[in-house]
Amino acid sequence: MKLTKLSTLVLGCIIIANSSQAIDLTVVSWGGAYSKSQINAYHNPFMELNPDVNIIHDESSYEAVAKLRAMREAGNLTWDLVDAVPSDAIRLCDEGLAMEVDVDEILEPAPDGTPASEDFGASLVSECFIPQIVYSTTLGFRTDVESWNGNEPDDVCDVFDLESFPGKRSLEKRPINNLEWALLCDGVAKEDIYDVLETEEGQNRALAKLDTIKDEVIWWSAGADTPQWLADGEVVFGSTYNGRFFALIEEAKQPVKILWDAQVFEYDGWIIPTGLPEDRLAAVLDLVRFATDTQRLADQAKYISYGPARTSSNALVGEHATLGIDMAPHMPGHPDNAYNVFYFNYDWWADYRDDLDAKFQAWLAN
Amino acid sequence: MTDKDNGFVVFSGVQKSYDGKILVVKDLNLSIAKGEFLTMLGPSGSGKTTCLLMLAGFETATQGEILLDSKPINNIPPHKREIGMVFQNYALFPHMTVAENLAFPLQVRSLSKSDQEQKVNHVLDMVQMSDFGNRRPGQLSGGQQQRIALARALVFEPELVLMDEPLGALDKQLREHMQFEIKHLHERLGVTVVYVTHDQTEALTMSDRVAVFNDGIIQQLDAPDKLYEAPNNCFVAQFIGENNTLEGTVESFEGDYANVRLENGQVISALAVNVGKVGEKTLISIRPERVETEAERCPEGAQKITGEVLEFIYMGDVFRTRIRVGSNDEFIVKSRNSPSQQRLQPGEMVTLGCMNKDCRALDYQTVNKEVLT
Amino acid sequence: MVSVDSIIGRNSLHRKVQRSLRIQKLRALGLIAPLFIFILISFVIPIGDMLFRSIENQLVSEVLPRTTEYLKSEQINEDWEPPNELFWHLYVDLAIAAEVKLHTRVGSRLNYEKTGISSLFRKSGRSIKRFGADDYRKALTDQIPELTSIDYWELLAEGTKYGYTRDTYNAWKKRLIENDDFSEKTKPSDFLFVVLANDIKSSGTTPSPDTILEEKLLPVISELPEIRFKELFLETDEDWAEPDVWDTIQLYSPSFTNGYYLNSADFKKGSDGPELRPENERLYVLIFSRTLFMSVTITMVCLLLGYPVAYFLANLPLKYANLFLILVLLPFWTSLLVRTSAWKVLLQNEGVINDVLVAIGLISNLERLELINNQTGTIIAMSHILLPFMILPLFSVMKTIHPSYVRAAKSLGATPWTAFRRVYFPQSIPGIGAGSILVFILSIGYYITPELVGGTTGTFISNRIAYHISSSLNWGLGAALGSILLAVVLALYWVYDRVVGIDNVKLG
Repeated sequence: MKLTKLSTLVLGCIIIANSSQAIDLTVVSWGGAYSKSQINAYHNPFMELNPDVNIIHDESSYEAVAKLRAMREAGNLTWDLVDAVPSDAIRLCDEGLAMEVDVDEILEPAPDGTPASEDFGASLVSECFIPQIVYSTTLGFRTDVESWNGNEPDDVCDVFDLESFPGKRSLEKRPINNLEWALLCDGVAKEDIYDVLETEEGQNRALAKLDTIKDEVIWWSAGADTPQWLADGEVVFGSTYNGRFFALIEEAKQPVKILWDAQVFEYDGWIIPTGLPEDRLAAVLDLVRFATDTQRLADQAKYISYGPARTSSNALVGEHATLGIDMAPHMPGHPDNAYNVFYFNYDWWADYRDDLDAKFQAWLAN
Repeated sequence: MTDKDNGFVVFSGVQKSYDGKILVVKDLNLSIAKGEFLTMLGPSGSGKTTCLLMLAGFETATQGEILLDSKPINNIPPHKREIGMVFQNYALFPHMTVAENLAFPLQVRSLSKSDQEQKVNHVLDMVQMSDFGNRRPGQLSGGQQQRIALARALVFEPELVLMDEPLGALDKQLREHMQFEIKHLHERLGVTVVYVTHDQTEALTMSDRVAVFNDGIIQQLDAPDKLYEAPNNCFVAQFIGENNTLEGTVESFEGDYANVRLENGQVISALAVNVGKVGEKTLISIRPERVETEAERCPEGAQKITGEVLEFIYMGDVFRTRIRVGSNDEFIVKSRNSPSQQRLQPGEMVTLGCMNKDCRALDYQTVNKEVLT
Repeated sequence: MVSVDSIIGRNSLHRKVQRSLRIQKLRALGLIAPLFIFILISFVIPIGDMLFRSIENQLVSEVLPRTTEYLKSEQINEDWEPPNELFWHLYVDLAIAAEVKLHTRVGSRLNYEKTGISSLFRKSGRSIKRFGADDYRKALTDQIPELTSIDYWELLAEGTKYGYTRDTYNAWKKRLIENDDFSEKTKPSDFLFVVLANDIKSSGTTPSPDTILEEKLLPVISELPEIRFKELFLETDEDWAEPDVWDTIQLYSPSFTNGYYLNSADFKKGSDGPELRPENERLYVLIFSRTLFMSVTITMVCLLLGYPVAYFLANLPLKYANLFLILVLLPFWTSLLVRTSAWKVLLQNEGVINDVLVAIGLISNLERLELINNQTGTIIAMSHILLPFMILPLFSVMKTIHPSYVRAAKSLGATPWTAFRRVYFPQSIPGIGAGSILVFILSIGYYITPELVGGTTGTFISNRIAYHISSSLNWGLGAALGSILLAVVLALYWVYDRVVGIDNVKLG
């Protein structure tokens, strides 16, 4: 009898101690300006509201899939929330490494009551994916190229036009986007592109189009490459994420312009790793619910020129926190920019990525 | 001394400095006759090796001229000097067999294969190593390597062979044996040999003449017996063989002899070899075997020196007696173990006897004993 | 003389000696134990794991046991049509797998071999939930409400009558337990009712029903609509009709496969043995040979640049030599990334070197040299990074070559060049060997520098390995490429030992 009382007391103490103990959440993201925007818009306000939660930042998103897989094999999950692009989210979902979620259940509806699934719309590309932002991969060019005789590219296909716009280009060292643009500029209609790309002839056609500029292309693998090369004059024309262009043009004041034509819309968002213990999962769900509400998503645009994934957030986008620029015109989804958008087919790429990457690399190496 | 016309090898006013401040070799004049075996002897740092390297062409003289067979060779690179050289560590090429090592100088002279073979065999025969042609240097003993090194320096029949402490790495017995072999080879072949060593026994046993180096200067250049019996200065007396010194002041001169007053007041007469004026200090050099512990056993006219026995050392064939003479605690007398020779006890006072021609009054200079080993 | 035996006895002496020897051995073992364990954990186990992964292929047969078992006896050719029964097995396999999301893993595994399987499995895993199994559950549990309880199923599984149901239930349970999802409150999944109904139907053909179960359920089951699995699967995706898909599943159903190695050599598994890939997919042989070529070039460049430096250093007085050695080692003081980025700044088109060349008029502004993002860039940057690994062994070997060797050669009549060629150089070969092996092996596995400055033609096989490990997640292929790289290094080491002799390698 005595023993039972004592053990109850001890147990009670442990529970109390546990509940009052702060929870450390490891949140993984991409680092740089993007992580900063998340910290300012989500993490810091969340920690103010929840003093018992401490967020630890990790910048390993670029190897999230491999690391999560390795963690599963080692049986030691140290991450609580991971920022991932949809293709990685699909992979993680396929591998059972990311948790499937019901967005209507775990996320806030829009202020007007629209359920989250409707508010997020097309950005819900996988059952495991909780969207955050819309960004685009698009082209930019230097405005001071002498040999262009005052002309400026206004069409995505100008990147293939070496006669009117000579000079080095930079494109991403992977098939995604490049093959689509190549087919688009080889006369394939936007809606037919993935059907054409599914065939051997279509793939060869895309690569043949890229062949016409291959000698003039420097291939990038880090998002910072193109802005750096444009600034150095190494290239005159190149693709990267629109946020990088914003920083290059508005913050570094380089003579560069964005070509929004055929910009490729992409998303970025959270995934929750499977196998979190209950207390950490509860904290993560709190954080995600907070960080994806309409106001928070709009807040993020103060720090970086990526658009909120919620429709309801768009109206709330204001000025840049330090530059004082009105951010709406810099969003990929702004009507002035989104006149010709290319929508990325994630499911298609999930299937064709390995095969086309091998072919693309073989093409590059030869 | 220098004889430009007759010398096969002539150093004429040669100076050498490595850093532009200190002269390692100071005004060297030396003439070596054809067929001579000349040894450069001296403590390390005395300049002897530098002289050898200048002769071989690996160092250039800062000043002066070196002549070989009457031709100046200052500007001739080493490989054109036709001088054989034996190195301290033998410098046998480890990646070549013995035969290849020996053939090397013949190959670079483009001799025919058969000539090479014949000469290599001949020279292997000469050093009694005929069976070792296919071995690598690493598989040979020190003495064998030494012979091959010697053979290699001789195989292309140079007229001059330089040897830089070639026996330094061998044990005592082997060294003595090799000394004779080298000596005999020299006699047989008639080549001129310039030999560098710091081992005086080696120098005395092998050489026609020995040049004693110290401080960048030749202290004395003489035949081995002259060097031992009649050292010209204190350094040579100390460096060659065992030597006793007595400090004193010149009192007066008598013909070739000087009367020197020792510190304890005794006056002895010594051959005035290298002394200054009356009243100047001098060191008297006496060889230990030229002193008798019993003055009466000396011939007529011997002079007497008194001292106190400090130590008696029995060494079999000889006795060594350490005696204090004046302020010198290290005065050694070496006597033959003969039936009549008495054994002295420490503490005994003795009267030593020696002939005045065996006492040599030399320059007064303190010699650092350390240098001499 | 008193013998030792007579004092303590022979045996006891023997024992004492043995014991002291044992203690010595144990102490020695204790001293090397940390290193041994370290090597085991950081070296042997990972390499073993890599070799295992490069042939391991258990996932397919583990997740699709019934399907692969059925396919074993099938002869798949272009005219082959998947039979109905195959889809039944596929249904059961997928249903169990989908409970714990294993079907998508098999899908991505097979997608490496045949494009499209990934989404095929993903879609099918979703759609089988709509195949009507819930109707079966409802109908059966209406008759026997206990069927909703897991205990009842446990009893069913103990019986021997419904073998397929038992095996399926156990397989399903095992997966859930693996996933920590199984408890007494777990509800049996819908598809289990389909399996049970199927079993009852086939055993119920006997004239008299012999259990209450059959008595109660048989009439209901016969009224339920039959599920046409083949039609439903084909409705989900018509790719299920393609023999190619089934061929791939069949080819990759053994637990071990040489497929990754074939892939690494630009081959692929065909139904009639390995076949060469089409030209536009051949990649690895090219990259392997390029890696070897560039590593050899880098080694040669390092040797040509490093030899004179090492020679110079070895012939300096020690105090200066140490100073210069520090200069040689200076690159190690900055991070690899910083050094490589510095090369980018130097070598790029608008970079310092090109600017200087243009400024002094050696080249015109329009013909700036392409020094980066190609093989030249990789070779320049890597030679710089690896140069110390060449200089250090060369230096330490040259340091041991006594100057008297060259002097001896000269005194024997050799010109300075002959003396170097025939006497000095041969003695420095051990240093060349050590430096070359070091540089070559380091460069053949290099990753960061080629990634940053190599562009498309200057990348190494390690860059592809990294891609497969971190990006495509095709760890098997990455492991196979890594194993081949290891084998190439070992083979070259062996050849080197044969030609030069490993005794001829000295680090000092």
